[in-house]
Amino acid sequence: MKCDKAGYVSDKAQYLDAYFWEKIKLYMHLFFCEFCREYVKNNTKLSEAFVRSDLKTMTHNDKQKLKKTLYEEMLKEN
Amino acid sequence: MKSLSPSTHYLNPNLWVDKHSDYLFNYTIIRVSDPEIAKDLISETFLAGLKSKGNFKGKASERTWLIAILKRKIIDYYRKVNSKKGKSEVRINYFDKESEINWLEEKVSDPYLKNAEDRIKNQELGLAISACLDTLKEKQAQIFIRKTIDQIETETICKEFNISASNLWVIIHRARKEMARCLKENWF
Repeated sequence: MKCDKAGYVSDKAQYLDAYFWEKIKLYMHLFFCEFCREYVKNNTKLSEAFVRSDLKTMTHNDKQKLKKTLYEEMLKEN
Repeated sequence: MKSLSPSTHYLNPNLWVDKHSDYLFNYTIIRVSDPEIAKDLISETFLAGLKSKGNFKGKASERTWLIAILKRKIIDYYRKVNSKKGKSEVRINYFDKESEINWLEEKVSDPYLKNAEDRIKNQELGLAISACLDTLKEKQAQIFIRKTIDQIETETICKEFNISASNLWVIIHRARKEMARCLKENWF
């Protein structure tokens, strides 16, 4: 496994989307590659930050409603 | 014609929802703890912004200006809530003697208070992440948010954006690298 592939698998693993064999190959690669170990460490830290922040987004429907309200108001103004 | 300084900012109400609604939503939720009220306050903020856009001088960014309006809306909201006299509510859950004994102990070791500092830190982290999301390209940010925050299945996102799974992972990889860089500069 090369470093760029290891990066993608590490990302997939953060979302629990990596296959078993991909993970085995990743761990084997990490054993020898310090650069990728650092990437995985930072990648995990990033995922933890997202979990801790409990970030919320407005739903698509809410955004559409908001856009509609704004649009109608803009029409009134013009 | 008057020349404008390079730092002059402009308002573009057509893009307010796409560019600022998620950030303002998180900003408001921290302060009012209710998603429905947060949505109403953001809607009021945008409408007030639209009405007073003539007052915008371009010295602050569009978002800073909208936040200033939102802050006033939040203060107004609390004023209104506090002015509703006689509607305050005291909840007492202790009806028998046995549970009454535990009352003081529970109040002293209130986990809510104990974790208040952590909570504030995490909420600030949320705003830092939100600001870093703005540094991503529009489509990249949308896909990253769908996958990371909304936790949508890969297949669904691929269909939604008409991209292949490998394409999605390339986009996610680039976005994660950019987010890590931005947060390293501004948070970690």
